[in-house]
Amino acid sequence: MSDEPLLSVEAFGCERDGRRLFHDLTFTLGAGEALELKGPNGSGKSTLLKAIAGLYTDYTGTIRAADRLYLGHRPGLGLLLTAEENLRWYAALGAADGARPPIAEALARVGMAGYERVPCQQMSAGQLRRVGLARLLVCAAPLWLLDEPLTALDRSGQVLVRGLIEEQRGRGGAVLCATHQALGLPGAGTLSLEVQHASTEDGG
Amino acid sequence: MSGPGRLFAAQFRRELTTALRSLQEALNPLVFLFLAITLFALGVGVDPEVLGRFAPGIIWVLVLLANLLALETLFRRDYDDGTLEQLVLLGRPLFVPVLAKVTAQWCLTGLAMTVLAPLAALLLYLPGEALGATLLTLIAGSPALTALGAVGAALTVGLRGGGVLLALLILPLYVPTLIFGAGAITLAMSGLEVRAQIYLLAAISVLSVTIAPFAVQAALRISLEQS
Repeated sequence: MSDEPLLSVEAFGCERDGRRLFHDLTFTLGAGEALELKGPNGSGKSTLLKAIAGLYTDYTGTIRAADRLYLGHRPGLGLLLTAEENLRWYAALGAADGARPPIAEALARVGMAGYERVPCQQMSAGQLRRVGLARLLVCAAPLWLLDEPLTALDRSGQVLVRGLIEEQRGRGGAVLCATHQALGLPGAGTLSLEVQHASTEDGG
Repeated sequence: MSGPGRLFAAQFRRELTTALRSLQEALNPLVFLFLAITLFALGVGVDPEVLGRFAPGIIWVLVLLANLLALETLFRRDYDDGTLEQLVLLGRPLFVPVLAKVTAQWCLTGLAMTVLAPLAALLLYLPGEALGATLLTLIAGSPALTALGAVGAALTVGLRGGGVLLALLILPLYVPTLIFGAGAITLAMSGLEVRAQIYLLAAISVLSVTIAPFAVQAALRISLEQS
């Protein structure tokens, strides 16, 4: 494995609606690393994740990122389709990968076994989250960008997210995760964002 | 990497499955088309002579408007549930998925309207000798309506109540198709040759379907950037 970081953000700066969200933010994320993104509402956590994902391009500085999966506020699941249909669509669209787990297996891993044929419309917010998490398993990518993955999840769901992140790190992947709750990941750094400016502190 | 064919099939199947499960919404444009045709028959009067003379224009204008009606929802659902941002994030050209979306949409509107056109012609006393030309203009011209409309739908997907804006953006682009489509049927009613008009309509469609997916891709990126 090369020493090239999976994500490198250099001199990142960004303004939104006339407010300066970031100024000269620099950090890198290498294989096996995780970074928790903390900060009050409106501090730019989602904007930073969107910029790294490639959804938002109105920024200064450079972002270099490996293949990534972005889990945003919106579930990214067709509500009229079943869990299985949604995941099969993602599998067809994503880069083909020989080691991809079958869809049923991914759903079982996120505690949604038996829900393959249930339309997403009939699921609760927490169940939708879980199906969204299954996407992380169906489409493998070295870099995960998670925006509030714990929202609407029960206690076992939060344990599940922690487990999935640890597995991803074990595989040599990296995780950048915006969250209000402490994930308690061993050896993970924390990036604290203020509403006006950003400061970095490395916990790892 | 999965091949373009597999990608197209996956997206196409997704669109049709979604349409089947929201059948009422999918059938809206067709229902609108026939309601409006019925109203025209009632409003203009059932004089076969008069109604028949206006039939080409009525059919094409209503097909245009019915298309417009269907466009508003083309990207809306995917935008709302976040599928659209995932599609854009693939980091690959959106040509194939967009083409699949447009094709599926055309099957539900343009193709369905062509299939039902004989019924519309009957309701409007369209002379029998013009029926062939009607079907040909619809099948050749309607792909352009869907493809061009998709560009407008992609530009306005992030806007609430962007319906009027969509109409303003797209209707001017529909004008050539309308003129050649309705014109060809009128010519056919006089027993004239309409091959040139059909070829022109087909050319407009081929051009639109080829170029529109690139414009849609750019428009979707702009729309998502604003969200």
